Amino acid sequence: MGWGDLLGRWPVWRQLTGADRTGRGAAARSAATDRLRPRTADADRVVKSICPYCAVGCGQNVYVRDGKVVQIEGDPDSPISRGRLCPKGSATLQLTTGPARETRVLYRRPHGTEWERLDLDTAMDMIADRVIKARRDGWQWTDDEGRRVRRTLGFASLGGATLDNEENYLIKKLFTALGAIQIENQARI
Amino acid sequence: MAECHPVGFQWVMEAKARGATVIHVDPRFTRTSAMADLHVPLRAGSDIAFLGGLIRHVLENEKYFREYVLAYTNAATIVSEEFRDTEDLDGVFSGLDPRRRAYDFSSWRYEDAEVSAPSGLQEMRPEERDRVRGAARGEKHGSGGAEVSAGPMRIRTDETLRHPRCVFQILRRHFARYTPETVERICGIPQETFAKVCELITENSGRERTTAFVYSVGWTQHTVGVQYIRTAAILQTLLGNIGRPGGGILALRGHASIQGSTDIPTLFNLLPGYLPMPHADRGRDLEEYLRAETVRKGHWGNMRSYLVSLLKAWWGEAANADNDFCFDHLPRLTGDHGTYRTVLAQLDGVCKGYFLLGENPAVGSANARLQRLGMAKLDWLVVRDFSLIESATWWKDGPEIETGELRTEDIGTEVFFLPAAAHTEKSGSFTNTQRLLQWHRQAVEPAGDARSDLWFAFELGRRIRAKLADPAYRERHGLDDVEMDRPVLELTWDYPTEGRHGEPDAEAVLAEINGRDAAGRPLSSYLELRPDGSTSCGCWIYCGVYADGVNQADRRRPGSEQDWVAAEWGWAWPMNRRILYNRASADPAGRPWSERKAYLRWDESRRRWVGPDVPDFDPATPPDHEPPPDATGPEALSGTDAFIMQADGKAWLYAPSGLVDGPLPAHYEPQESPFANPLYGQRRNPVRSLPPPGREHFQPSDGERGAQVFPYVATTYRLTEHHTAGGMSRWLPRLSELQPEFFCEVSPELARERGLEHLGWATVITARSAIEARVLVTERMKPLRVQGRWLHQIGLPYHWGPNGLTTGDAANELAHIALDPNVHIQEVKALACDIRPGRRPRGRALRELVEEYRRRAGIDEQTGRQM
Amino acid sequence: MSDPAADTGYADPPPRMGFFTDTSVCIGCKACEVACKEWNAIPEDGMELTGMSYDNTAGLGASTWRHVAFVERRGPVPAGPGGEGGEPSPQGAATPGREEGELRWLMASDVCKHCTHAACLDVCPTGALFRTEFGTVVVQEDVCNGCGYCIPACPYGVIDQRRGDGRAWKCTLCYDRISTGLEPACAKACPTESIQYGPVEELRERAASRLAALQEAGVRQARLYGADPDDGVGGAGAFFLLLDEPEVYGLPPDPVVTTRDLPSMWRHAAVAAAGLLGAAVLACLTGRRR
Repeated sequence: MGWGDLLGRWPVWRQLTGADRTGRGAAARSAATDRLRPRTADADRVVKSICPYCAVGCGQNVYVRDGKVVQIEGDPDSPISRGRLCPKGSATLQLTTGPARETRVLYRRPHGTEWERLDLDTAMDMIADRVIKARRDGWQWTDDEGRRVRRTLGFASLGGATLDNEENYLIKKLFTALGAIQIENQARI
Repeated sequence: MAECHPVGFQWVMEAKARGATVIHVDPRFTRTSAMADLHVPLRAGSDIAFLGGLIRHVLENEKYFREYVLAYTNAATIVSEEFRDTEDLDGVFSGLDPRRRAYDFSSWRYEDAEVSAPSGLQEMRPEERDRVRGAARGEKHGSGGAEVSAGPMRIRTDETLRHPRCVFQILRRHFARYTPETVERICGIPQETFAKVCELITENSGRERTTAFVYSVGWTQHTVGVQYIRTAAILQTLLGNIGRPGGGILALRGHASIQGSTDIPTLFNLLPGYLPMPHADRGRDLEEYLRAETVRKGHWGNMRSYLVSLLKAWWGEAANADNDFCFDHLPRLTGDHGTYRTVLAQLDGVCKGYFLLGENPAVGSANARLQRLGMAKLDWLVVRDFSLIESATWWKDGPEIETGELRTEDIGTEVFFLPAAAHTEKSGSFTNTQRLLQWHRQAVEPAGDARSDLWFAFELGRRIRAKLADPAYRERHGLDDVEMDRPVLELTWDYPTEGRHGEPDAEAVLAEINGRDAAGRPLSSYLELRPDGSTSCGCWIYCGVYADGVNQADRRRPGSEQDWVAAEWGWAWPMNRRILYNRASADPAGRPWSERKAYLRWDESRRRWVGPDVPDFDPATPPDHEPPPDATGPEALSGTDAFIMQADGKAWLYAPSGLVDGPLPAHYEPQESPFANPLYGQRRNPVRSLPPPGREHFQPSDGERGAQVFPYVATTYRLTEHHTAGGMSRWLPRLSELQPEFFCEVSPELARERGLEHLGWATVITARSAIEARVLVTERMKPLRVQGRWLHQIGLPYHWGPNGLTTGDAANELAHIALDPNVHIQEVKALACDIRPGRRPRGRALRELVEEYRRRAGIDEQTGRQM
Repeated sequence: MSDPAADTGYADPPPRMGFFTDTSVCIGCKACEVACKEWNAIPEDGMELTGMSYDNTAGLGASTWRHVAFVERRGPVPAGPGGEGGEPSPQGAATPGREEGELRWLMASDVCKHCTHAACLDVCPTGALFRTEFGTVVVQEDVCNGCGYCIPACPYGVIDQRRGDGRAWKCTLCYDRISTGLEPACAKACPTESIQYGPVEELRERAASRLAALQEAGVRQARLYGADPDDGVGGAGAFFLLLDEPEVYGLPPDPVVTTRDLPSMWRHAAVAAAGLLGAAVLACLTGRRR
């Protein structure tokens, strides 16, 4: 950078030589201000999404840069929301990228007083074993009146209203095939 | 609506700007009231009296839309001579068996029609009927009705509407006592205000104008919740406000896909598409199930095609005509297996394992303490969520640890916390509150161990199947019953995976839900489903969402480039129809009722229905179409049978079947109420669902000894700044700082009466528990004059719990689990309670305080259980 | 009306941009507060239940650039937004012991006014505060040294220093966004278009017609605030439609730019300085004569 450039960046010089004799406008612009760009402009991708809070179903644009979500805002194309979001929808960036997200499996052994770490693979294997056992322990071919029921009361599930249709479908399909009937979600609450 | 669905409320504001009148009926003055032209505060739990008063006004003053009512409703239908109304029986309908606390509904039927509803019930013994009824049968056919006739339809009608037993006259007699004076006495709404509401609603309904009703769980969370919505349905149907633009009854739901999780139900009583789960008493085989559940006319007539296609989707090659398409692989119900029964099963040691998938019952379900005590009896608990919600940590720091009821070291429950992926980290569809499926695309991979629930379900199934298929594993664990495992081993469970974590391809699952023909090609409509096993379909009402192999839920043609219906944004079930029963938008001849409210019209030159939406029926069916007498299913519908899911093609002002607590709504007091029922000797819903004695304490109501101990009414609700039980808001600084503490809202009058100070503490007490909250004294809360007394109501937002950035007691500690008998939803919108200044006691003293209240009110195992 | 950008030496600047906040359609959802904080990565600003209705934000500050005020007010106000009802309803008077009149719950989203004559800018000794080409007033975080002169200068009490940081912060009208043609985060999120963003000229016209419509509908208390170029700050770049006196919302009724007298003060100072200089010269001269 030459002396001319350096001089050009000196606000006093700019004030004296430029149009901004007040020194409160262009002459006062800092280097950081010159570099200012909305982070959405530098996104690698804009991914179309839907707000995860209530059932109005507002459209969201998810801005991704370097594999990270950097901004979430309303999708103006949505005929439902026309680009707008409520405070919860507007907080989606913090919901999905904030420090409150747990990212590790935690395990509490029977009668334990603290959480322990467990790797995901082990946890899944343990859960599969427990489902098989609870299912069998609670199995009924017939009920106490002798009616065929082919089911288990050994385990139950609650949840689904915050999940995708495809997720609910696999949950219902798997648990029903396992004979579980106590499968419920928020719709009854 | 402004409070809980602000972005949806933009359309109300837009309507208002164009001259619409907004009426807000709510016990509290909320952000919605602030925008309304008229706020009508009423006593929580009195809506049937209010809506019933409107119905009476419409009937007595000839304000109903007569041509609409004659053409599209069952107003003219003659009801059986055996039917007796609440008018005749002091608040109950004919058929009530007081010993079993259940109705035999055979006397509710249409004259000469062999009504079965839910069909098949009357062939059963009474005990059998109770069990079937208990299995939330009213909820099956969520978008439809039940059978009214086993044989060809010969329903007697009187088009003059004068026959004393026609539905119209029954309605008139039934609602005659819902006078403005009665509305004032029960609801606390002054007669002038009520008259204003009557005037505004009736002036704004008819040919040229329509009125819409919007409700949320303020209506469903009552022991008569379904009948609340029935009352609104009767009113809107009389006014001609169904199936027309600007009309309807719109349920605003609070979770992103709570509609989807009802359509593809993670619910005990349903299979996908509102097919009922088989019941042990009438689902022994496919034929018996279909005989019991299928109706003759309308779209439910094709139930065999829907069910067989579902069985093919689940069991593929293994399902064939010789084995009933694996119908026997389905487990059977024997009664209520809903979430509150599950808690009782946990306490009884029957249910030993529990999955919580994005749900927080430790603070979010009624009688939260019971929920936690149930979890403390489990062998294992799996919690999948974003953060360490109360349902994951109760064993460590829950309220029962503080009171000394539980000790961490004594609790044997093994707890797995699995972090869940967010919507930005997975692809999939949500179904919004207007039945619209919208796809969200994955933006990034989830971090660490976080995974989608799609991955979790798929992976769990994969592992279980591998273990069960492994002879060594079977041997080791003594698994000798192969037949038990056939349904899971024969399940179609093969989805392509993608990405770093091997996530199943959600679109492949959507394609299975959509369905395929024999050649594996995607189907485009449920009308293509076949009963012979040649088609597969995971959810018949979603058939078409993957038409032409295109993800229709991911259609995103900008709204600005479309008409107001925006049919090319997402995909609505069924068949991308945006307004249900839209046949009713035109008159019987197929002409719009008015140009102003035009939607669909019959174009004679093109011999087609035209308009911005998908017609409810074959678009080539002319308005004067008469079906052949032997037709069944959709083919049996005439050109004027606008209500295509109903067995008689009509909107039901009177429900001859389908509801377990009456063919008409009647005002009943909540389970716990400081007031008597001035309308009938029958105080409460006689068939409401109560837990067995010993698990729950109920309070006395007005007229019973001890009722004065709980003189106030609390109602629970949500705030704009938080989300449900808090799992997606209490951990976020952005939202927590906006509503940083649990509070109760009280009027200045109640504050004076009880010595409550603004910003001080108050303790709210019921027979279940006592909670503390900061006090907001506000004129927005208003005492109401009810039955000659001043009633004070208390507002309790229910978002809080002990974990997160903003903490507080959970309002659900106070709630009981008396349930609506149709759908088993709890009554948290109207709770009798006491309030006093100061913080609640800590430790053991908390339970002692509750005990003391129970003693003072004379509460025992039988209190509140009278029919 | 003077154009602050042109006055600051921008040759041929774009139209002056600003906010029109129509509080008659504000539903108090606070989406503006959250959207602002998300976009500008503003830290949490206190978790205190204030007891001021549903307002737990309390006021604008270094970490709150949008603030929704909630005012519960009873008074003899006829039909219109924010009120309990149209007709003189029995609701208001039916409760014994309560004042007569309708209960209104007023909500209004406050923000930096981006004054035509901005005192904060006038007093900033470092050039951290500057006038953008859009006529808005922005603090440059890489220049601000936390001297705090701007804080007492603001007649609205908008700008403030952030605890633990020391620098002054306030609404930038999303300078980064509007520079590329995007609208500010708060205006974009607002579900009911209570917050409207656009050229100030156009917004003033919109505000005037909205005011006329409301007044015609009988909302006599409706008024514009900050829209008048002849007011004490030369008109605000962010102005409001209010449904009551500004004080009701916690806004100063007649704000005046605190540096209004600066030019004449400088003139007086110059005269004084010249006088001193003259005296000094005279003294020197006379001294030489000695």
